[in-house]
Amino acid sequence: MTLAFLAIAFVTVATAAVAMSLRNLIHSALLLVFNWAGIAAFYLWAGAEFVGFSQLMVYVGAVSMVVLFAVLLTQHSPESFREQPDSIGRVVGALLVGGGVLGVLFGAVLSSKLATSAAAVAPTISVKELGNLLMGPHVAAVLIVGVILTVTLIGAVIIASTDRADTGKDES
Amino acid sequence: MSLSPLQLCLLFSSALFCVGLIGALSRSNSILVLLGIELMLNAANINFIAFWRFGPAPAAGTGVVFVLFSIAVAAAEAAVGLALVIAVYRHQKNIRLQEANRLKG
Repeated sequence: MTLAFLAIAFVTVATAAVAMSLRNLIHSALLLVFNWAGIAAFYLWAGAEFVGFSQLMVYVGAVSMVVLFAVLLTQHSPESFREQPDSIGRVVGALLVGGGVLGVLFGAVLSSKLATSAAAVAPTISVKELGNLLMGPHVAAVLIVGVILTVTLIGAVIIASTDRADTGKDES
Repeated sequence: MSLSPLQLCLLFSSALFCVGLIGALSRSNSILVLLGIELMLNAANINFIAFWRFGPAPAAGTGVVFVLFSIAVAAAEAAVGLALVIAVYRHQKNIRLQEANRLKG
């Protein structure tokens, strides 16, 4: 049980760290697919099956494709997949800030007494209970999320599509 | 000192959050900055699930429901962010953050 968790955590953090340090954008995007799949495996390990499969569909299926399309659409030559190295000051500053935050978070987690459940049995939630929760107490949030998704996806298409002046110039 | 499973999960999500933070701060490619922000969002979702699984009041499924909404909003954020990256690329022909300074006074 704990061994499976440690394996999942190691794979997830390692793929994330390697993806954030690679020069090649395509390799980073493909490694992050493994990272998202690892997070879905963690959800399955924790017993939240519905969330795990949602993560698998939304991130591994959809967001990774959007990221790959964005990477491919914003390169003008094969050499530009390898980006120029970042300035060393930026990297050192980011490592300092990130290490500081990591130290603060680890210290806080290790020093605080966390109340855990008295019952040893793991909580389970069936899809039926989840549906009742979503359609009962949380129905307003479901509607708002639907509106947000519609508006943002239409807005994304409008932002990313070519504006009319440019297309007119190309055609003439 | 033995760590409880809840603490292990929290340490895991803290490590993932800091990897995303370092990536978002250190890289100059805007797509990688967006991916770092996605990593930080995912680390927050891991915390919700960890507290639902090991927390003191597991009966209510609020943690699971919150993660579902969070995933939906994160997907919308990713779509808009990458559309903005494509729009910036069309204007300045690259996506380096240092060169997107047209509004600088």
